[in-house]
Amino acid sequence: MSDAAPSAPRAGLDVMAIRREFPILAETVRGKPLVFLDSAASAQKPRAVIAAMAGAMERQYANVHRGLHWMSERATEAYESARDAAQALLGAASRDEIVFVRNTTEGINLVAHSWGRAFLRPGDAVLISAMEHHSNIVPWQMLRDQHGTELRIAPVTEAGELDMAAFEALLADGRVKLVAVTHMSNVLGTYTPAERIVTLAHQAGAKVLLDGSQAVVHRKVDVQRLGCDFYVFTGHKLYGPTGIGVLWGRAELLEAMPPFLGGGDMISSVSFERSTWARVPHKFEAGTPAIIEGIGLKAAIDWTMALGWEAIAAHEQALTDHALARLSAIEGLSILGRAQDRGGVVSFTLDGVHAHDVATLLDRQGIAVRAGQHCAEPLIRRFGLDSTARASFAAYTTMAEIDFLAEQLARVRAFFR
Amino acid sequence: MVATAFDELRDLYQEVILDHGRHPRNHRRLQDADRSAKGDNPMCGDRVEVFLRLGPDERIAEATFEGRGCAISLASASLMTEIVPGRTAAEARAIGAALRTLARTGTCPACAPAVAEAIERLAPLGGVSEYPSRVKCATLAWHALDAALSGEGRATSE
Repeated sequence: MSDAAPSAPRAGLDVMAIRREFPILAETVRGKPLVFLDSAASAQKPRAVIAAMAGAMERQYANVHRGLHWMSERATEAYESARDAAQALLGAASRDEIVFVRNTTEGINLVAHSWGRAFLRPGDAVLISAMEHHSNIVPWQMLRDQHGTELRIAPVTEAGELDMAAFEALLADGRVKLVAVTHMSNVLGTYTPAERIVTLAHQAGAKVLLDGSQAVVHRKVDVQRLGCDFYVFTGHKLYGPTGIGVLWGRAELLEAMPPFLGGGDMISSVSFERSTWARVPHKFEAGTPAIIEGIGLKAAIDWTMALGWEAIAAHEQALTDHALARLSAIEGLSILGRAQDRGGVVSFTLDGVHAHDVATLLDRQGIAVRAGQHCAEPLIRRFGLDSTARASFAAYTTMAEIDFLAEQLARVRAFFR
Repeated sequence: MVATAFDELRDLYQEVILDHGRHPRNHRRLQDADRSAKGDNPMCGDRVEVFLRLGPDERIAEATFEGRGCAISLASASLMTEIVPGRTAAEARAIGAALRTLARTGTCPACAPAVAEAIERLAPLGGVSEYPSRVKCATLAWHALDAALSGEGRATSE
């Protein structure tokens, strides 16, 4: 028996209570109750986020970091508290390692443009995987084409997992200086073995950037335990607003990097001869930031963390297991990928029915799924497909919604026979 | 037997669309094509390639297509290959323009009498007007037809 005092098991999620916090879930679509299974594209917003943003505009709004007046000080305090929230969310060593960006795409572009141009030389290689979102492909292609770096692609197995043997082989010549991979695939739901990736990359002399857009919503992320060098996520998939995201980077890397955009808020002093940069993270935050969105992001992080990661993970694991069981029982339905470690994203095809037709028929029943290439065209092609339909789950998703999806999918197939 | 749950979708998926979607006509590469063009919808991954053989009078003698896509895009391409043979480039383009109006608005009141008969056959595609994200499915093959006629070789519908 353990001598540690047993910590009280955290209660599971009260999904019905959670749903009442999301006003939009009471809406109807084409006369049917909304069944929102597209949270991996963007999650819905709880009242806590809506109220925080509206409250900021109604009671505490001014520009930040510059006004010597009460309103500006209050707004700065509220906005800057989002940095503390993001630090807590990621387990970062310092709040100064939290750089606010518009979204994951901007965060990755910032690293490619600033760190990539300053610290990669022509001939150095960037290693990504075959299951990246376009946002973690295109910036590295642009760097390759403009800066002369090489771009390597680690393949994905038929099961939808990163091919670790091939990954290691691609690191072997020591020319890879950055590994940039997703922490969880937005198509397959696969979690990549981030700690193993970091260990191998560091042994080979490469830094590691993890795209946490999906992962950060579903499980506890601790950047210090992961050991990575950059971690990027977006607010709107984490029940927060659009227009705000986070780039976390190790302090010494951020300190050494040149600015990304130039302008107000990122400088220490300006003369026509030369300007000096503000300290990190402000060096990377040119211009008036997304103040209201930052305040909304803090509310979203606080809201999510209050649910508890164990409870979130348990709920979503149960949903995913249920969905895999129900969907795979449908004749003619194939699920993409069968990774051991996977989260609440399920992509599938239905024999003889195109994904767009699936999505339109489900939409008529109030069910929102995504159909197409999910901003991951190379991955969809890897599996010999043109498109898939995708159902994705969140804290507010119910078992009954998954049952309804499964029933309707069986009918979709009958409709097209 | 058809599932009753989707009866409200009969406006979009009319029998002619389901039929042409399941069994697209002229769904093959045309070896002796005079013109061809690819159409590509990067948002959804639909791709189509249209092939045309022109007669001595410069009218379209034969039209075929290759490609994969949803029922709407296949049906639209299939119907197109049945409608455009015998027409001049200008006539075929006019039908394409009318189809785009039909797909966006559900009707084509201003459509010229010259295209009325063709638009009557294409009328089932007007159902997409209630589904804005599906409009480009109905128009993709016609964009490719335009590109083939003007010798551009490539078209996108976004």
